[in-house]
Amino acid sequence: MNLVDKQLVQRRRKKRLFSNRIMRQIFFSASVFGIVVLAVLLYRIFREGLPYLDIDFLTSFASRFPEEAGIKAAITGSVWLMAVTAPVSVVLGVGTAIYLEEYAKENMFTRFIRMNISNLAGVPSVVFGLLGLTVFVRLMEMGRSIIAGGFTMSLLILPIIVVASQEAIRAIPNSQYEASYAMGATKWQTIRRVVLPAALPGILTGGILALSRAIGETAPLLMIGALSFIAYLPENIWSGFTVLPIQIFNWTARPQEEFHLVASTGIIILLFILLLMNSVAVLIRHKFSKRY
Amino acid sequence: MTVNIKRMINEKKANRRFLSILEKTVPAFFLLCASISVLTTIGITLTLLVETVTFFNRISIIEFLTGTEWWPFGENASYGILPLITGTLLITAIAMLVALPTGLASAIYLSEFAPGNVRKVVKPVLEVLAGIPTIVYGFFALTFVTPMLQLFIKDLPIFNALSPGIVVGIMIIPMIASLSEDAMSSVPDSMREGALALGSTRLEVALKVVVPAALSGIIASFLLGVSRAIGETMIVSVAAGSTPTLTTDVTQSIQTMTGYIVQVTLGDASYGSTTYYSIYAVGMTLFVFTLLMNLLAQYISGRFKEEY
Amino acid sequence: MMNTVKDNKQLSLVSLKEKVQEETKAIYAVEKFNLWYGENQALYGIDMSIPMNKVTAIIGPSGCGKSTFIKALNRMVELVPSVRMNGTVKYDGENIFSPKYKVEELRTNVGMVFQHPNPFPKSIYENVVYGPRTHGIKKKKILEEIAEKSLKEAALWDEVKDRLDENAFGLSGGQQQRLCIARCLAIEPDVILMDEPTSALDPVSTGKIEELVQNLKKRYSIVIITHNMQQAARISDKTAFFLNGQVVEHADTATLFSHPEDKRTEDYITGRFG
Ligand SMILES: Nc1ncnc2c1ncn2[C@@H]1O[C@H](COP(=O)(O)OP(=O)(O)O)[C@@H](O)[C@H]1O
Ligand SMILES: [Mg+2]
Repeated sequence: MNLVDKQLVQRRRKKRLFSNRIMRQIFFSASVFGIVVLAVLLYRIFREGLPYLDIDFLTSFASRFPEEAGIKAAITGSVWLMAVTAPVSVVLGVGTAIYLEEYAKENMFTRFIRMNISNLAGVPSVVFGLLGLTVFVRLMEMGRSIIAGGFTMSLLILPIIVVASQEAIRAIPNSQYEASYAMGATKWQTIRRVVLPAALPGILTGGILALSRAIGETAPLLMIGALSFIAYLPENIWSGFTVLPIQIFNWTARPQEEFHLVASTGIIILLFILLLMNSVAVLIRHKFSKRY
Repeated sequence: MTVNIKRMINEKKANRRFLSILEKTVPAFFLLCASISVLTTIGITLTLLVETVTFFNRISIIEFLTGTEWWPFGENASYGILPLITGTLLITAIAMLVALPTGLASAIYLSEFAPGNVRKVVKPVLEVLAGIPTIVYGFFALTFVTPMLQLFIKDLPIFNALSPGIVVGIMIIPMIASLSEDAMSSVPDSMREGALALGSTRLEVALKVVVPAALSGIIASFLLGVSRAIGETMIVSVAAGSTPTLTTDVTQSIQTMTGYIVQVTLGDASYGSTTYYSIYAVGMTLFVFTLLMNLLAQYISGRFKEEY
Repeated sequence: MMNTVKDNKQLSLVSLKEKVQEETKAIYAVEKFNLWYGENQALYGIDMSIPMNKVTAIIGPSGCGKSTFIKALNRMVELVPSVRMNGTVKYDGENIFSPKYKVEELRTNVGMVFQHPNPFPKSIYENVVYGPRTHGIKKKKILEEIAEKSLKEAALWDEVKDRLDENAFGLSGGQQQRLCIARCLAIEPDVILMDEPTSALDPVSTGKIEELVQNLKKRYSIVIITHNMQQAARISDKTAFFLNGQVVEHADTATLFSHPEDKRTEDYITGRFG
């Protein structure tokens, strides 16, 4: 006697293979969904925004009239903001990573720092905005300045840079340390001349990605009071400022349709900058991908 | 040979003093860097705590937590946070309804079905989606998704919960997809082969072997997605409106906690007013919500880390 | 025939031993040295002296503590956090584990070459001058001179002199290993420790490095771990046989291979285990 009913199994198998095929299609569609959204988004933005994109747009200040509006102040402000954020966040982030990977002893304090960093990565950006507003703008009396914005942004992207740098340092094989120590190099000499150069591509990639997060971040800067309408360029780090995403927000929030078109043009510029930064990151990653 | 390396090295021994001082000061500097992150956490906690306490000196904590009306302006101000919380949760729920199935399905596809060339296209696209600034998503919600929805839902107001909810979901898809895929990819092939050898289809392997084995990672990605949705600001500020409403009707205009904070800091609530302090109380609530989600995610992915 | 050789050896052994002691000073004196990785003891009461300007080979089966031993000689073992040890290791008469002993100074005098070539991901030139730079030599002319001298000494100069600026990772495995030797020679150490330097290389490269070791012993004391007993017999003056963390036998290479005193040494060199 047959324990297994062959016919039943046959019939079942057909059904099973059928559902395998169907579900495969569904899963595939879900994966493609992202591509579709991206395509629609880009199509809309370019169709609406391209007509406004010209030299005047780049070289004019914001305006009450959509045809005259430009993003000179916003681009300059974003550049200024990055000029503060980049050095501060990279020094702090790489320093933290070196401490954790090279110097920290395995104790409570170290574990606390690690846990702390992974939790900071999940704190919403508005909370960083509240911190910046309270501590930098008010308590330290920096006012609604580039430096207050830069510090706030630095803290916001710090966890990203720390984690990227930690990974870059951890990827360096032990034999590299041994080679250096065996030559009579001290720890700091080894870090400076072997570890940091070897980790540099990873640190750069992570840093650029973190900065591209900062350059698109809106909420914390709105909160510390970056202005949305300024008709002058910042003179130093104590100046008031606006940045690209805030300018875009401002245009988006207006009821007039025309300003939405201008917002699209602003978005094109923002996405172009992000594309540029990411390409550099990808290039670095690719150039240094196969080593050791 | 003219150079006597040994002698030169010995002559440079004077440098050693300087080096040994460096050797001691450098770690101190790095410790300082590492302390900044701790200071940041302390700063956040203290900022929120101190200002929240000030707020609760004026408004009772009971009223804050149980009141059903949030109207912080003018004479008859009332500070019941429930409408902001339901607004936030409504957005989060819609977002997760979009992000979880889509993200999980793409993760399963990428990890279990996708041929190499499809992966090569889909993964970078997901990365690009993850890198798009939220203000751009906000713009997309307001100027594209809302008008689209208005074609299907008559009388849908410009500001509503549905559109930003969907877009927040889209924004979170890459995160859920990539975290879940990481979890699934770390399931060893031997487990798959075992099931395949018994004649299981790919689908059965995916659903009955891989997903259960990667469950803790998937749940963690889900919780992190929830945390992101709760904390998302610009999309809701742009597209959800600014009317705190205690409702579950997704077609209504609502306000989230984040939306409220931005609204107040945009307008000029005078420094020291109750309205001004209210943003810290709301911020505190928001912080607690997201922290809980993050800790839970860490706990689950750490506690139930599968040992293969 | 065998017998006569044996007798002659036996007779001359005593005088030979004295002669060796007269001729060569010990550069290292290791006394009652024990070492643990956490709870596991890796070295047991090592007593051994290493002669100056000779090649000392260390042989023994895998895991018997050879690497641990030579890493103790330049204190590289300390990079493993769980290491504990006691006993003394005297280098040039001073205990290297005494608290005031400068480890950087020790490692300047004692170079090391590893099992797998480990050049830095920098140019060939930068690799060689890493040591001198580390020790404060900055003048370009001097550095170039040192680079040329060291590469010549490591028998690599002719192969790389036209591409000193190229990345060291472009070299073949054997060339990389000689580059590592050159890097080590660039600070003119007194001792060179080599941990199976040829085990990852092809026979031709191995031959080149063996030849190199022969030339280097005129100016350097060399301690070399090898898995290959022919190699030990070919290039070394003294050989120590390690087993389970102990020195079983330490003698002139010729003696150890022809007339091992200990049964275990004999078993090992005749290939009965290991
Ligand atoms: N870093 C380490 N941590 C713990 N144990 C180690 C470490 N390195 C070596 N050992 C142990 O010490 C013993 C000797 O190892 P090793 O010196 O590398 O042997 P050999 O070089 O002779 O093959 C082995 O049992 C090995 O497992
Ligand atoms: Mg070894």
